[in-house]
Amino acid sequence: MSTYVELSKLAKIYPTPKGNAVIVRDFNLKIQQGEFITLIGHSGCGKSTVLSMLAGLSDISEGGIILAGRELSGAGPDRGVVFQSPSLLPWMTAYENVMLGVEQVFFTASKAERAEIVEYYLTVVGLGDSMHKKPAELSQGMRQRVGIARAFALKPKMLLLDEPFGMLDSLTRYELQQVLIELWRKNKITALMVTHDVDEALFLSDRIVCMTDGPAAEVGEIMTVNFPRPRERKAVMEHPDYYQLREQLIEFLEVRAHRKPSSAAPLKPIVPSEKNLINPA
Amino acid sequence: MKSFKFDWLVLPLIGVAVVLLLWQASCATWAKDLPTPAKTWEISKPYIMEPFAKRGEMDQGILRFTWYSLILVAKGYFLALVIGTPIGFFLGLSKTFTKAFDPIIQVLRPVSPLAWLPLGLVLFMGAGKNASELGALFTIAICSMWPTVLNTAVGVRAIPQDYLNVAKVLKLSRTKTLFKVLIPASLPYMFTGFRLSLGIAWLVIVAAEMLTGRPGVGGFLWQEYNALIYEHIILCIVTIGVVGFILDRLMSLVEKKFKTA
Repeated sequence: MSTYVELSKLAKIYPTPKGNAVIVRDFNLKIQQGEFITLIGHSGCGKSTVLSMLAGLSDISEGGIILAGRELSGAGPDRGVVFQSPSLLPWMTAYENVMLGVEQVFFTASKAERAEIVEYYLTVVGLGDSMHKKPAELSQGMRQRVGIARAFALKPKMLLLDEPFGMLDSLTRYELQQVLIELWRKNKITALMVTHDVDEALFLSDRIVCMTDGPAAEVGEIMTVNFPRPRERKAVMEHPDYYQLREQLIEFLEVRAHRKPSSAAPLKPIVPSEKNLINPA
Repeated sequence: MKSFKFDWLVLPLIGVAVVLLLWQASCATWAKDLPTPAKTWEISKPYIMEPFAKRGEMDQGILRFTWYSLILVAKGYFLALVIGTPIGFFLGLSKTFTKAFDPIIQVLRPVSPLAWLPLGLVLFMGAGKNASELGALFTIAICSMWPTVLNTAVGVRAIPQDYLNVAKVLKLSRTKTLFKVLIPASLPYMFTGFRLSLGIAWLVIVAAEMLTGRPGVGGFLWQEYNALIYEHIILCIVTIGVVGFILDRLMSLVEKKFKTA
């Protein structure tokens, strides 16, 4: 398979009165069509920054991103984003929230066809009975299900997930991981997810991209995860390689993430304080 | 404080009784020209018992006067919302617009209706017999629009980044973003502004009617002062207060409806 998404020499730099604050620098990654990639790293290392540049919500300071042969500029519904907080519009029902995006993408479709798409995805994520409820009437987990349905319903070229399960309790998190991986398998959408949960990364990904610590974070190591698909949690966790991979990941995060792989960096980055970051990972 | 059965009714009645007592005591001691509560009731009775009677241009039932005032307030208030809401949106959305116009708004905001009215009359001097109404409308609109302007601006600025991101990611058009995201997200703030604006519009009406001599609660009040029928001044004050209270209650009901949404 050929490269579908290419991030090359991507950098995010904020000018500050004391000089440039380099959040991410020289970030190179090639993603193949249909791959599920996880970006993992410590909090504040800039993984969400990479994702929001891909989503077009944050300007690219240097370098570029090519998606399906085209250089990205700005946000658009060809990328389905699942945010960390479900980000549903509270005055709309689950159905209307999903429809808002579907109308944007399938503007040539008939009303009935659009309704069918919305109903289909809400049903698949398990909200068949509550699609006409407002977000306030839904649990946190159900809201994130709507968020997932909204992203998939756009039939995007790429799926971007920004710690989508970070705010959920672990049981709900497992359920939603299963919902996500099923949908992803059926739709074969190239996906990039940001997380700091090692087990989540192992369960979902084809490859795990470990980022070094910020500032000036970059790609540290890339781990290929070859568990057979379709995956099921129990089988994955009982796989003979599981604990070895898990150990490697944790060791990276605990030890190697703190080292700089490329030392050819005379730049003196200024450590930005968390609160000055527009989008701390 | 322990609550008891019917406290919601009994306690307010005690409050009213205390005020009436103070009023009576004042009449007997230091305010000899102040009509007593009983006298006020007696003289006001025909205006209350036949609230819609029309005996002459400036001699009408109190609710009829209230109705005239409400119509005028409604027109001015409507103008204030129509002008104030878009200004609020511009202030909330554009930093440049804020920098340019916020100072002048802060300067115009505290100006009293009594100061605006003559200007309003001058502005519409050419309108002939409509001059007083247009002047009054101008005054009501310009005095009451500020809470709408400022609250709308605050509401727009307070829209969570999450909602804006959704609009951005879905690439909603400007109009769609406005109607599907910006307006619904700032509605609760806007309604707080609308409620405060209505309160001010009702305050201004009295001043506007007094100075223009239009029939209405305020005009009646001023006329009766000149006619030395002081009982009616109190009648008007009570009416203005009660109507203002009811308006505020109605608006908070509407406001609450949008807050829970």
